[in-house]
Amino acid sequence: MTMTTAQAAITIALLALGTMATRFLPFLIFRDNKPTPRYIQYLGKALPAAIFGMLVVYCLKNVSILSGSHGLPELAAILVTGGLHLWKRQMILSIIGGTVCYMLLVQLVF
Amino acid sequence: MRQTGTRRRALAAAFPNTIPILAGFCFLGMAHGLLMARSGFHWLYPTLMAIVVFGGSLEYVAMEMLLSAFDPLAAIATALLVQARHLFYGVAMLDKYKGLGWKRFYLIFGMCDESFSINCTAQVPEGVDRGWFYFFVTLLDQCYWVTANLIGGLLGSLITFDTQGLDFVMTAMFVVIFLEQWLKERRHSTAVIGLGASALSLVLFGPDRFLLPAMACILFLLTVLRGPIEKAGGLA
Repeated sequence: MTMTTAQAAITIALLALGTMATRFLPFLIFRDNKPTPRYIQYLGKALPAAIFGMLVVYCLKNVSILSGSHGLPELAAILVTGGLHLWKRQMILSIIGGTVCYMLLVQLVF
Repeated sequence: MRQTGTRRRALAAAFPNTIPILAGFCFLGMAHGLLMARSGFHWLYPTLMAIVVFGGSLEYVAMEMLLSAFDPLAAIATALLVQARHLFYGVAMLDKYKGLGWKRFYLIFGMCDESFSINCTAQVPEGVDRGWFYFFVTLLDQCYWVTANLIGGLLGSLITFDTQGLDFVMTAMFVVIFLEQWLKERRHSTAVIGLGASALSLVLFGPDRFLLPAMACILFLLTVLRGPIEKAGGLA
């Protein structure tokens, strides 16, 4: 480590501060005791599905379609996860099934 | 005594919802602790970050940052950029976290991707206190993360992993949560906007800088299309 302990502590404190700013800001702007503006209420309803779509893409951001295994293990495991979920609608089962499928694929096949 | 019963019921209801996160955090947290230990950090570093930052993706970036020269401005800017997506979580949770007293502070403090996703989608069972349910989901998640980081940091280079691919558990979890939200809603324009804008942004800007343009694009489309989306209804 090139930093001194104090510098490292300051760095971690700033990372925490930045994180908390992004977590607390909406709640500080739209206070508990005042009615939330209509537009923000609309965003509150419209955002979750969009966010989950974004998080799925975020998890896959380092998958390369053009090289390596071409994202095939990821695609297969996602299909298994989704298929299991549509079939049984058991969250844990779908997650375990998809993950085991992925692990087998990357360890044994690709 | 009634208070104890309320809390126990909420904990019992919250725990099953956090099992996928237990699995994911065990792996990701231990890997993070291990990597930091192997880079020469005392176990206090990953453990402390797990407590005060509690955000996996930034903590992985932080390791690189702590190994380079001291740059406070870059630290705060990186934190804001990497974590900007939490602004969306806050907007989505404004109503759900209303009127929960002191618990609200911890709920917002601990609102990482996973805690947000569970608390945003989970159905709180009948007769279970909402505030305590959200509280325990968040607290359990953070306990998993801190413990895993601590163990990873302590073990250092003692253990070697043969768990290649286990990190997919997080992807699988978000796929399932996305699907659940999809099945809950009658209209899917917002889900398609989220997927499409993020995928397009990823192609255009690359894995390290696609989140902000993706968020801007989502916000723009949701705003421009507000009329038709609200008219169509069917959002959960």
